[in-house]
Amino acid sequence: MSRRSLTRRAFVVGSVAVAGGAAFGVYMLGKPHDNPLEATLGPGEAALTPYVRIDAQGVTLITPRADSGQGVAHVQAAFLAEELDVDLEAVRVDPGPPGAAYWNTALAGEAAEFTVPSGGLMRDLAESALGAAMKVIGLQITGGSTTVPDQFVKLRAAAASARETLKQAAAARTGVARDALRTEAGQVILPDGTALPYGALAGDLAGVAVVQDVALRPPSAWRYIGQPMARIDMVAKCTGTQTYGIDLEIDGMVHAAIRLNPAQGGAMTGFDATRALQMRGVQGVVAVTGGIAALADNTWRAMQAAEAVEVDWGPAPMPATMAQHWQALSEAFTEDRRDSRKRDDGDVETALAGGEVIEAEYRAPYLAHAPLEPVSAIVRVDDGKAEVWTGTQIPRFVQKNVARIAGIDPEAVTLHAQMMGGSFGHRLEDEVVRRATEIAVQRPGVPVKLTYSREEDMTHDFPRQIAMARLRGRVAEGRVEAMDLRVACPSVMASQMGRQDMPVPGPDSQIVAGAWNAPFAFPHHRVTGYRAPELAPVSSWRSVGASHAGFFHNAALDELIHAAGADPMEERLRLCSDPLARKVLEAVAEMSAWTGPLSAGRGRGVALTTSFGVPCAEVIEVRHTDAGIRIENVWVAAEVGLVVDPVNFENLVQGGVIFGLAHAMNCEITYEGGIAEQANFDSYPGMRLAQAPKIAVRGLENGAALRGIGEPPVPPAAPALAGAIFAATGLRLREMPFSRFIDFA
Amino acid sequence: MKFTVNGVRHEADVEAEMPLLWVLRDELKIKGVKYGCGIAQCGACTVHLDGEAVRSCQIWAEDAEGAEITTIEGLGTAEALHAVQAAWIARQVAQCGYCQSGQIMQAAALLAGNPAPSDAEIDAAMSGNLCRCGTYPRIRAAIHDAADRLREA
Ligand code: FES
Ligand code: FES
Repeated sequence: MSRRSLTRRAFVVGSVAVAGGAAFGVYMLGKPHDNPLEATLGPGEAALTPYVRIDAQGVTLITPRADSGQGVAHVQAAFLAEELDVDLEAVRVDPGPPGAAYWNTALAGEAAEFTVPSGGLMRDLAESALGAAMKVIGLQITGGSTTVPDQFVKLRAAAASARETLKQAAAARTGVARDALRTEAGQVILPDGTALPYGALAGDLAGVAVVQDVALRPPSAWRYIGQPMARIDMVAKCTGTQTYGIDLEIDGMVHAAIRLNPAQGGAMTGFDATRALQMRGVQGVVAVTGGIAALADNTWRAMQAAEAVEVDWGPAPMPATMAQHWQALSEAFTEDRRDSRKRDDGDVETALAGGEVIEAEYRAPYLAHAPLEPVSAIVRVDDGKAEVWTGTQIPRFVQKNVARIAGIDPEAVTLHAQMMGGSFGHRLEDEVVRRATEIAVQRPGVPVKLTYSREEDMTHDFPRQIAMARLRGRVAEGRVEAMDLRVACPSVMASQMGRQDMPVPGPDSQIVAGAWNAPFAFPHHRVTGYRAPELAPVSSWRSVGASHAGFFHNAALDELIHAAGADPMEERLRLCSDPLARKVLEAVAEMSAWTGPLSAGRGRGVALTTSFGVPCAEVIEVRHTDAGIRIENVWVAAEVGLVVDPVNFENLVQGGVIFGLAHAMNCEITYEGGIAEQANFDSYPGMRLAQAPKIAVRGLENGAALRGIGEPPVPPAAPALAGAIFAATGLRLREMPFSRFIDFA
Repeated sequence: MKFTVNGVRHEADVEAEMPLLWVLRDELKIKGVKYGCGIAQCGACTVHLDGEAVRSCQIWAEDAEGAEITTIEGLGTAEALHAVQAAWIARQVAQCGYCQSGQIMQAAALLAGNPAPSDAEIDAAMSGNLCRCGTYPRIRAAIHDAADRLREA
């Protein structure tokens, strides 16, 4: 890959003296004065995020980006270690000193610093929703697929500068020329073998000019990048010593549990807490937006008390039945609701005018995010300031919303980001923090810890968008000739940003993500997005629009290929128009030894979706047993430019495939009278270990840009499974979850 | 109630029906045991009660009276890992890690009673433990790895 094209000319390296050492980081060229930190920092404080601090204690990576399970902090530490010549295990990772002024403002600085990568979601957004909203969404997904690409150059550049500056400090101290020095294992080594630990040199750094424009090491010299690494959070997570947000305790804290109107978004019109207030340990019941919260000396007692409150509820501001939700989508395929037509090859209308037209309709349901850790937040409001402890991917919004509810300045809100027990997009919303703040303002000075029950969390999630597609297509002479795919759904971006009071102008390319950019060239190919009105409020769910539109496009293509009498793999290979995507398809064909139909009762399906700039292909093999469909094997390949850590990569890809399969199999949120009918994992089961297939993974490195892998394995899973079920049973599945139509073993 | 957790005797003055999960987490501040569902559907709260893997969200305080309880913290530590934890680390199983305390406690109980489980036995023992991150392929491998370690030990 042309890693050199990611030139560090785009950045200047900054070095700032800190107590007992120095901090190194990168700004965007031309932006240093936009960094809001400069105005608020005391002398000697660093204004770079993320950055590396070198002091007497050694090397610390300061990164405010909380980790939801993808090993992002670990990968960033590896980038640092690569250029700084420290052992990976010796890099400490710190979210920044809690309470220090620069931590707060650094969050805002992060948005100002955000750069637009050249592909995928960010490019789509840049085209469709310029301005503040884009920056904000960029900030939102930093925990996922954009963090690694973003930091790949920046952190290595900062580390390379730090290394050379340390050598310069050693040169000044010893009189040996910098060129004659080398570095190893956190030390500068003199020609005579004398070793000066970085920590011992840290005090000299303030007097040394930072060494700029250090060339990054070529891939052939890498020690960590590309090698299997031991994740730095692994031991803690396997010994029960990792503290998540839900585990945190603050002195003097009171526990709170919430009960919101079961009808999503409905009002609370009155309550009687008499019985709850008599329960043991209960310290009060207060009103919050849309519900009540009970306060107690223990999580369980608070939850019991919340249940015991008698509450009057208002109606839900959404259609009463699922039939009405689907009806609204079905009525959205109109010219005045047309949102985008980003693909229009050939002449679809003429091509479909004569002969047999193949038509079909597809559906994707609402889905909860349901990370295994229910959401929680601790908030203390006092004396014109607030402190917040929570796991979040939107620190800047949290700061703003807490400030608004508490009636204070955003700068007066200090956020302590916590480790998250999963997110999948759930922590891109901040309802739990807003509710906790509403309670906290009613208990000034008291840290209020609000923990959602699983039921409150699942039924008040803002789910993945509901979506519908209509296909008209044509085949001729054994080939796919024309595809006209129309996709209708509410705008997830408008819904999500609307809760942050941010308008999203222009079309929402997520409606057609993974479909309009499908890497296939049919003679006639058109993809149109239609914006349905908002029904239930919706939010970004792992892989966002590609989670529905990637399914629709692949499923539609399968129908046309079948009608043409062609092979799903061969015809895709013939039609594939993107060389990188073709290599991904070829990889799964080879890995699975694809040979066409299998023996009776077995079937294979294939799908390819490009999302977040990553073409990802999957072949899935199923067996039709007496107990139902058994998913036996998955072969998956993805083009990511560079596999930073093959072990973590394999884990994330396998997890993404399972996430896609689990929801396609048996998950949906349905609303009756605005009330979610699934509240816990008994009715939202997902996949269990016994159902997990063997999953063979291959990462390809033919592309020029480094890409994240959090989302891309999700979209192809559902259509590849549908294709496999069709091959095994003859049943064509056009609507998720498939458990509505067939059993899974 | 009186009971022993990780070898230490504890007394807690709680309601008879408070789930052991919350006694451990909120009264004794033992946080390795996790809340995921509260209704025996996820296994995040798995602990050993008199040697058996149980869902602590389903055990009333009064039913734990006099019991010997082991949580993930008592299974092993970073300095003295249990074979299952060592295998989990070697196989780099965790993503978010939130389910893993329960997965590890369930696997340790399985291996204590069955030193060489087949895939089918692993399926049967482990399918009550939900992992939303989808680490199942690594969990399966780590259990076989842990069985090997225990046999060699
Ligand atoms: S919390 Fe006990 S099984 Fe889920
Ligand atoms: S590792 Fe996240 S739920 Fe299992």
